[in-house]
Amino acid sequence: MTLRLTRRSALLGAGGILAGGLSAPAIAQRAPIRLGGLATLEGPFATGGQDGFRCIQMELERINSTAGGRRIELIRESSNAQADVALARARKLIEQDNVDMILGPLSGAEGIALRDYSRTLTGKTIVNGSSGASDTTLRNPSPNFFRFSTDGTQWMAGLGNHVYRTMGVREVAIVAGDYAFPYAQVFGFNIEFCRAGGKVTHYWAPLGTTDFGSQIAQINRSDVGALVVVHGGTDGLAFMTQYAQAGGNKPLVAGSIMADQSMLSARGPHRRVMTGMISAGPIADVIDDPMWREFVERYRRRWLNEGGFQSPSIHGVNYTTNLMGILHALNAVDGDLSGNQVAFQRALAAAAFKAPTGAEVKLDHNRQAISDIFVNRIEERDGRAQVVAFARANAINQTLGTPEAQFLALGAPSRDNPGCVPAAS
Amino acid sequence: MHDRVILWSLLGAVLMLLAPWGLLQVLPVNQAQFWTANILGRGIVFGIIAMSLTFLATYGGFISLAQMMIAGVAGYTVAVFVDGAVPRIVGGFGYAVAIPLGLLAATVMGLIVGAISVRTRDIYLLMITLALAMGVFRFIETNIAWFNGYEGIRNVVGPGVFGFDFRNAYVFYYIALATAAALYFGVLYLVRSPFGLVLQGIRDNPRRVAALGYAVGLHRVAAFGVAGFIAGCGGVLATIYNIGISPGSIGLGASVNVLIMSVIGGLGHPLGAFMGSLVFTFFDTFAASIYDRERFNTLIGVVFLAIVLLSPDGLLGAGKRLRRLLGGANAPRP
Repeated sequence: MTLRLTRRSALLGAGGILAGGLSAPAIAQRAPIRLGGLATLEGPFATGGQDGFRCIQMELERINSTAGGRRIELIRESSNAQADVALARARKLIEQDNVDMILGPLSGAEGIALRDYSRTLTGKTIVNGSSGASDTTLRNPSPNFFRFSTDGTQWMAGLGNHVYRTMGVREVAIVAGDYAFPYAQVFGFNIEFCRAGGKVTHYWAPLGTTDFGSQIAQINRSDVGALVVVHGGTDGLAFMTQYAQAGGNKPLVAGSIMADQSMLSARGPHRRVMTGMISAGPIADVIDDPMWREFVERYRRRWLNEGGFQSPSIHGVNYTTNLMGILHALNAVDGDLSGNQVAFQRALAAAAFKAPTGAEVKLDHNRQAISDIFVNRIEERDGRAQVVAFARANAINQTLGTPEAQFLALGAPSRDNPGCVPAAS
Repeated sequence: MHDRVILWSLLGAVLMLLAPWGLLQVLPVNQAQFWTANILGRGIVFGIIAMSLTFLATYGGFISLAQMMIAGVAGYTVAVFVDGAVPRIVGGFGYAVAIPLGLLAATVMGLIVGAISVRTRDIYLLMITLALAMGVFRFIETNIAWFNGYEGIRNVVGPGVFGFDFRNAYVFYYIALATAAALYFGVLYLVRSPFGLVLQGIRDNPRRVAALGYAVGLHRVAAFGVAGFIAGCGGVLATIYNIGISPGSIGLGASVNVLIMSVIGGLGHPLGAFMGSLVFTFFDTFAASIYDRERFNTLIGVVFLAIVLLSPDGLLGAGKRLRRLLGGANAPRP
């Protein structure tokens, strides 16, 4: 017990020293802005989190860590894609490190947890990192939570219409993971495809499924015109490998995390069938836009020899877009965060700028991005498979153009509510 | 010996009572608040869950990896029934109903775990409780209708207590502290009761206890029920602290963390659970500030290894060792 006392007081002492060091007043005339960066450096999305921090660092280096006349100090924290861990880290950033704002988190459940936490704060702001759950901003939005990146439903904009109108497909089979993110993506696809008059059959599989044999057999026997694959990661790889081995030959359409370098750089029979696959999302490897070309070039120069990807990841781009929103607002208010950040938050809400992809970004009344979505095709270029944008849907809002009340009345996406509503109803 | 433990525990409780005031003297207001709620408060809440494990381990000799899951059952029950949670699953109840329901559910779950594992011991007990924990975790993670799957249930903000807001750091801290103290002294009382003595008899020699005419299985199951109730109290507090619950809070990592806390503190006495959880929470929060942000888990691992290597019976054992070294003759025998 005596030990406990000494240990406790030692901890307190250490904490005091630590805190003293952290909160020492700056010598400069205006204290630096403290920006808390929160991304997943552990767990299933660790590579995405690392790329997020790479892109944040690159953007801060570009502007010499200064915005609105004040230096920006980045304090990094890491979570593991779990809501409670993200919340503990965010609390530490706000309450212990005394940051002015948080840039993060990366995944969906974390985003909803931080949205709820942001509601309990005054004079602090949370700007999303890369989390893409639609409910984060669509239902019960928080006045202190801003998202300059688009959500999983928005990412599918333009795909349903392309499949129905351009490809002329009237009936598709959708294979998808049985959890929130695929629900949102399937919802986004169905909204357009079913409204146009298309018919859909769903094949759900839990996250972590390794054997898709029976589903593939049913799909190959049916006479659907195309197959929509909304898996990701190892599930996606397993499905595509087995589909290729089973001799699948239907035209392929994919969700946003399927047509991705992590899938294309893996070796195996899936690469044969994936060439020509159509997908949609907020980025592509190749976008015909000078801003994007410059961004990719800069990314490759900075990071290719330090563990970076061939082309920036979706998470890296989302973090950059959200950081750009912060910088834009800081410049607009001249670095002034006084008055409980009221002016700064107003500037955030009014910010309009171009994302690294060249897409226009502005916010709606829920502080959610309205931005451009790309429709992509996988092509062989420079001796490797790349995701190439060939069409662009401009100014996609969170309800995909449906009036908000009508969209909310459809209910939250789930396996029982995949969003397939014909135009008549 | 026992009176001395009570005395020291009371001293510890008083110290924890004064800790927020002390923190305010040495730290700026917002940091003192952070330390109160997010180091001490969170430490106490997880200490309660860890104590449900050490209670079983110390007095019954059962190491259960299901305690975090049982805590989660309480948390999920509250989240499912309470008004204001998002999404609304059942709703319609106030915290005055939802919290007792949660504790009841955790106690029942504890009894179920005890009943299922009643014939196993040692490593087999560990495995079967781990299997139960993972089973419930997977079930909750994939069930959308009742538990909202991977995203879990949010916005469990906690009740107002005598006009104070639960979200206030100090209100939360003192409620957690009062709960922990009540459970802690409750455990100390229970293990000196006939039930507790039989439990310790089972730990030392189950056959002899059976020969004396006691129902060994029934006592085991009841002990798991008590541990379930303790874990449930921690689970309710953790859920309110996290403003909701998601499957990640009861997954493998969380279950193992509770075991790590118990081992760091030492399995010799319920006090170890709280010492372990406070040390764990401190390093979990600050490792990234002390060490490289991309590899801070290494530091947590090294601290854990160091404690277990230097003192196989945790911080409690280290205390005894230190006293023996310093005190010489008047040191208590181990």
